Amino acid sequence: MNNNANLFLDEAATRIEGPLLFAHRRVDVGLNEMVEVTGSDGRKRLGRIAALDNDFMTIEVLESTSGLSLSNTRISFAGEPISFNLGPGILGRVFDGVGRVIDGGPPVAAIKKMPVDGGILNPMRRVKPSDFIETGISAIDVLNSLVRGQKLPIFSGGGLPHNQLALDIAMHARLRSPSGNHEEKFNEEFAIVFAGIGVPYDTAEKFRASFEESGALGHTALFLNLASDSSSQRLLTPRFALTAAEYLAFVEGRHVLAIITDFTNYCEALREVSASHGEIPSRKGYPGYMYSDLATLYERAGYLKGRPGTLTQLPVLTMPADDITHPIPDLTGYITEGQITLDRKLDREGVSPPINVLPSLSRLMKDGIGEGFTDPDHPALANQLFAAYSRTTQVRLLSNVVGAEGLTPADRRFLEFGVEFEEKFIHQDGPRTLDQSMDIGWQLLSRLPDSELSRLTDEQIARHLHKRRA
Amino acid sequence: MKDAVIHWISGPVMKATAYKPFKINEAVLVGEKKLLGEVVRLHDDEITVQMYEDTSGLRPGDPVAGEGNPLSVRLGPGILGNIFDGLLRSLDGEGRDFLYPGQNLPEPPIFNFKPLVEVGQIIKGGDAFGQVRTRPKPAKTHPCLVPPDKGGEVIAINERGDYTDIEIICTLRAQDGEEQQLAMSHKWPVRTPRPVAERLSIGPPLLTGQRILDCLFPTARGGKAMVPGGFGTGKTVLLETVAKWCNADVIIYLGCGERGNEMAGVLDEFPHLEDPVTKRPLMERMVVIANTSNMPVAAREASIYTGVTVAEYFRDQGLHVALMADSTSRWAEALREVSGRLGELPGEAGYPAYLSTRLAEFYERASRVRTLSDKGGSLTIIGAVSPPSSDFSEPVTIHTKRYVRNFWALDRRRAQARFYPAIDPLISYSEDATDLAKWWQKQGAPNWNEHRRRFLTLLEEQTRLERMARILGKDSLPPKQQLVLMLADLVNEAFLRQSAYSPKDRFASPKKQTKMMTVLDSFMDMAQKAVEAGIEVEQISAMPEVRRLQRMGEEISEEEMESFDTLQTALTTAFSGLLANVQEGDVV
Ligand SMILES: Nc1ncnc2c1ncn2[C@@H]1O[C@H](COP(=O)(O)OP(=O)(O)O)[C@@H](O)[C@H]1O
Ligand SMILES: [Mg+2]
Repeated sequence: MNNNANLFLDEAATRIEGPLLFAHRRVDVGLNEMVEVTGSDGRKRLGRIAALDNDFMTIEVLESTSGLSLSNTRISFAGEPISFNLGPGILGRVFDGVGRVIDGGPPVAAIKKMPVDGGILNPMRRVKPSDFIETGISAIDVLNSLVRGQKLPIFSGGGLPHNQLALDIAMHARLRSPSGNHEEKFNEEFAIVFAGIGVPYDTAEKFRASFEESGALGHTALFLNLASDSSSQRLLTPRFALTAAEYLAFVEGRHVLAIITDFTNYCEALREVSASHGEIPSRKGYPGYMYSDLATLYERAGYLKGRPGTLTQLPVLTMPADDITHPIPDLTGYITEGQITLDRKLDREGVSPPINVLPSLSRLMKDGIGEGFTDPDHPALANQLFAAYSRTTQVRLLSNVVGAEGLTPADRRFLEFGVEFEEKFIHQDGPRTLDQSMDIGWQLLSRLPDSELSRLTDEQIARHLHKRRA
Repeated sequence: MKDAVIHWISGPVMKATAYKPFKINEAVLVGEKKLLGEVVRLHDDEITVQMYEDTSGLRPGDPVAGEGNPLSVRLGPGILGNIFDGLLRSLDGEGRDFLYPGQNLPEPPIFNFKPLVEVGQIIKGGDAFGQVRTRPKPAKTHPCLVPPDKGGEVIAINERGDYTDIEIICTLRAQDGEEQQLAMSHKWPVRTPRPVAERLSIGPPLLTGQRILDCLFPTARGGKAMVPGGFGTGKTVLLETVAKWCNADVIIYLGCGERGNEMAGVLDEFPHLEDPVTKRPLMERMVVIANTSNMPVAAREASIYTGVTVAEYFRDQGLHVALMADSTSRWAEALREVSGRLGELPGEAGYPAYLSTRLAEFYERASRVRTLSDKGGSLTIIGAVSPPSSDFSEPVTIHTKRYVRNFWALDRRRAQARFYPAIDPLISYSEDATDLAKWWQKQGAPNWNEHRRRFLTLLEEQTRLERMARILGKDSLPPKQQLVLMLADLVNEAFLRQSAYSPKDRFASPKKQTKMMTVLDSFMDMAQKAVEAGIEVEQISAMPEVRRLQRMGEEISEEEMESFDTLQTALTTAFSGLLANVQEGDVV
């Protein structure tokens, strides 16, 4: 396997074009294997073998090629795909975007080497995720519930508080046992992997400081590809971070929450690299394989038969021009198990967190709520709140044109419901338990007449609404 | 064996120098790990190969072995009830948590074979020369078919006994004297449709238990339907729901470039659900083919052909088969990616110019047929389409629409309101509906077509009136039109809304559907009369019985059909009450 270790070539490079380096193939190496390209500046740049023929090889340099020249360039071959050396010591540590320690501490003692591209999780070995995670956020817990092993992105926009939301979830997330008691955090084996892709220094620092303050840093591994770092390195950052997360989840058996921000920067880097390869672009210049590429990242979440750990992914992306139909959110939404969508208008109105629940969705919610999981009436409550709030948006459209006077009394009631829903249910000043969130939900529904509550049974109306109406 | 040697490789495409003649589409095994690929181009002694597995580690000089035949799958008794990857390789196996390229196939399964023919008998392609018992109690058998392209005089046949599904157990002598050897299973090239004796015109409906489909946009057995919809609008749940409750004998569920957890969900759920007709676990009639989004893209391109070939194999046994393909867009994208890597000229949105032809060829494999062995069978294809940005004018949606008969379009607004199934009744259509009305008439639903029309007309008028209301205000609409709005709402709430997760409502028999249509229809008549008599629409919608109508799907189970009659009586009484009040008022 390691037959090529210590194998290197000097003076072999014949051409450098963007991230691509062409060289004579004077050694026997395989496709996709890792190389390190060292220039006269002594800097090591990670790369992989992208093409081979009888005489030449093409190397994709995954860090900046600036400063490289054709002479004085050494190419070292690892004889294996790009891998990451991992051990329990990665927790509490800070890495750059390609897994090199940058916190000034000693190297991590490695017990396992794992290829960063990961393996393909056999769908047959997956366990259907169903452990409800209480995030403390009503819009999520009641209406778009998160379960352990899910991949649930935050669709945001520039300047919206997505990072705060991700942090709040990471800090509060805890399991709710069927009895309604709360387990401490996920449990003892909880770990966080945080990856910043092309984030500004101050954002990265804010995350680090928050983890430190709350004492979470000890069970967190941070991967930072800063805005100032090379953009082609961004393609590797989520791969290193997810490999660490898989190690913690499936080798060490921890329950891992992976927060990766911002996937928009990742996709921009993908577009840039694809263009430099001269590939035919698909929509908006992004490569046609962006769906598959993103899938190989997002699919690295889940729960495996016979393994104690789980990997939950909370990727963050900012929608260019707040446009949910842009290829980045669009392709993401087609892969992930729902999305939490932030809304600029709600944010302006002071609703915090500004989650618009209608375009939000949790596809795995139904398996983690209801009888035996949360509350038997939780699904009906969620359904009815959705139906009522979506009616609100229709009535708002109408009233924008004809004014509230042109509305029927029934419609007017929905306008009031909408305001209360946003101010009292979506908006919150601190974390809420699921029961507190549900209580507010029932309270709001109790203002609507029975004839408008077709998603609730008579028993549910009697059980939850009668006393609140009295 | 070295039939060729790699001299260039990049990503999933490689070129090799050939030492023997290759054929286009010939399957090849590459390198030490024997990775599967397919020849896509020939040029002098150079072959270009599309690889179906991850090519990491391959290098110039690695050997390539030709298989001699096009990319094929092995069809036999071991398929039903199991899960495979896009090339029909079993995904089963303890400890295979992660899939790596070139993994060995499991041992061939063993079945108890019983011969059905004798030496000297002449048999033809599609005939059963034996059968195997796939389940003891209640007994279930699986025929061993002579492959469609074989046939002749039986010159040897094994006795009853246990054999693996690849052992030679029967030998035929063809007319030209050539000897043909048969096993319980046989290989068939996935890109070649399996022949039939005759294609028939469409037959009875494929009943799905979903009201909006069965009553508004039905598909016939052997029909073709597409389900376009943006992400999260309910394509997968709809396909799964139809897979669960439709009246097909065999379901092929093809996850093409979709989520791993959805496959896990199917495997978790289906074994615990019962076929409403046979009362057997649903998994027994399923074949799951999973090429999840993180699996190699080229195999995704092949998986759709694997799926339809497996479906045809069961159809050839005289069964009614339904193929759910989720999502055909991922297949088209794989086609685009492969085409791009081969340097072909891109057409619309980067798709190759032959996209439309390929789609046509795929959907043409759906039909009702008379099989080679003279049995009736059918293959229905239902394909999900995932249009980028939910834009239905993109190439895959447009071209698919040309080849299917039924269009079930999902609507984002309905989905956001959690109104499921979120099929948009205004742009969806069924070309099979008119033909199927006769079937419903025979089932004791003589007014099926009239009811259907009435519902659709109401929904259409609703949009028109809502547009007007946006200008004038709802209050200024005359009572008759306000009633239209109310009744259209009721069609939605009381009839079209049907949760896939409601134990009482996830499946509705034709009888229940008919009852619901009838009671709604009569409510509409009475409401119209009441409004003509001067009763206000608000009064009607405030009737407590309306709530019962809205919820009847969820509240009345299949075993409680008489409750519909009770509801009907209650409605009649309530309306007489309303009318009596008005008339009294007149007198006073
Ligand atoms: N018929 C239905 N009944 C109940 N819920 C549904 C139905 N269809 C869709 N849903 C809900 O919508 C979510 C998204 O549906 P899905 O089929 O996964 O969408 P798509 O495949 O179009 O992306 C599901 O997770 C489920 O919660
Ligand atoms: Mg889907």
